Amino acid sequence: MAESIVIPKSKSQPVKVIKPGQSFWPTLGRWSFILPLLILNLIIVIIPSIFGLLLAFTDWSGYGAINFIGLENFSKLFQDAIFFKSLTNNLIWTALFLTVPIAVGLLGAYMLAGIKRGQILFRVIFFLPYVFASVVNTQIWRQILHPRVGIGPILAEYGLPFLDFPIFGTRETALFAVAFVDGWHFWGFLVILYLAAMTAVDAELYEVARLDGASRFQQFRFVTLPSIRPTLVFTILMITIWSSLVFDYVFIMTGGGPANSSEVMGTYLYQNAFQRFDVGYAASVGVMMSLWVMLAVAGFVYLRRRGWEI
Amino acid sequence: MLKQQRAQSVLPNYIVLTLLALFALVPIVILFLNSVKTTVEIGRNPIGFPQEIRLDNYLEAWDEGGYSNTIRNSFIMMTATIVASLTIAGLAAYALARLKLRGSSLIAFYFLVGTSVPPQLFMVPLFVMWRQFGLINTHLGLIIIYVGLYSPFATYLLRSYMVSLPEEFIEAARIDGANHWQVFRNIILPLSWPGFLTAGLVIGLNVWNEFLFAVTFLPDPSLKPVATSLFEFQGRFSRDWGLTSAGSVIMVIPIIVLFLLLQRRFIEGLTQGGLKG
Repeated sequence: MAESIVIPKSKSQPVKVIKPGQSFWPTLGRWSFILPLLILNLIIVIIPSIFGLLLAFTDWSGYGAINFIGLENFSKLFQDAIFFKSLTNNLIWTALFLTVPIAVGLLGAYMLAGIKRGQILFRVIFFLPYVFASVVNTQIWRQILHPRVGIGPILAEYGLPFLDFPIFGTRETALFAVAFVDGWHFWGFLVILYLAAMTAVDAELYEVARLDGASRFQQFRFVTLPSIRPTLVFTILMITIWSSLVFDYVFIMTGGGPANSSEVMGTYLYQNAFQRFDVGYAASVGVMMSLWVMLAVAGFVYLRRRGWEI
Repeated sequence: MLKQQRAQSVLPNYIVLTLLALFALVPIVILFLNSVKTTVEIGRNPIGFPQEIRLDNYLEAWDEGGYSNTIRNSFIMMTATIVASLTIAGLAAYALARLKLRGSSLIAFYFLVGTSVPPQLFMVPLFVMWRQFGLINTHLGLIIIYVGLYSPFATYLLRSYMVSLPEEFIEAARIDGANHWQVFRNIILPLSWPGFLTAGLVIGLNVWNEFLFAVTFLPDPSLKPVATSLFEFQGRFSRDWGLTSAGSVIMVIPIIVLFLLLQRRFIEGLTQGGLKG
């Protein structure tokens, strides 16, 4: 699973006035409850992140002296064809995930919202791949899509020879094949989110729409979609962030190959840091990934300020 | 008249849902079927039912994959991470939900930043720090990282539980002279156990499945958890599909059982952690 991103709502806490008599010690007593969390987060995330930002301006190898080299890493990055390939692949990945899994998720949730019997069973089945480890899901599909021991040769026998080639080992298809496997394990998660939102929609809206003669699709378009907009926008934000961080599925299935054709920023950073020992350069890739995330979060905060209920 | 218009056939719903269910399930079923076939049989019959059910793959995968060792490694890290995260997150959630903290919007901002930083930005410096502290290739090193990564999520989930607890209980205890710690121990904890169960399950699942940090911080094969050890096992026996399928099934069986037993909590925890306001 990707990291869950906690976006607190600032207005959810009622502000209570602090009485003038309150002294320092009770305040410290209160803070001591939250201090372990803050300190741990500082050590694991905040301090290393600041180091990460600084290292992007050095040529450090991970050992020995650290030399500051200004913006050299970034000027190298902007001329690096593999980095651009990775960035493009992350963008393709984002575009794929913002369309296919969302469409399937909406379809599944809309169909589920319309039934009562068996709803829980379908929910459980759809969600199952989401709780499986990446190493297992990749094993499943590596076998099914294998050119010799998968479904490819069988389809070819039946006159459908479009899967009997190494789909993970071909430049043109590798990225899409990996995205398919990741998407296969992810769409069920979206179903649950959208279903929760759809269940909360006022049933009377549908009745009115039906009395007006709205078709199933029109009901979806004009009642369901507007009603679940906050959840929809939230998942768009999440997918945009996660798509910049994708690592497991690419690393396990193709390692970014063949010939960097499925390279993403996450695997390229890993390669630079732990295989080429170019820590400074890897850090500059990390900075680019952070910029992407910051842009998405900033857009989210902006929408909320504008009064969107997300 | 109204009723007629209200009635909408649910047959299309079930057709679409069944197709989607097959899409989710069939690949998993194929994994299970292949785990009891020989590699030769998989070559001839890659997706069908096996001629006979052979459990040899499981015995061999268990030994070759070192499962008795890797499962122990995973359990050590899961238990420690769950206990430590829930302790830290329980305390913090109590403070956020029930105590009047000055600057709580600052804390909210801190966690917005702290939880949206890409792991790739801080992973490399963290690796260097951990090397300095001698924490690479130790379970403790990875446990500390997991606790740091997952306790904000747990805090968030627990806070939403604690906010909804009735105020009267706490007021009554305060009047009886209980301090913050006593209120936390005797009232908040017993009342919010479902939140702790949900958060614990999600954290346990995350540790069991986690790949990026485990592959980076625990290169020593004898210390590896199930996930990264299975990855290596699949690489070593990449042509032996029956064997690697059995190895994968061993990894997901406990998850499937737990998930079927506690599906409501899993789904709630995994989908609402970052959603609830």
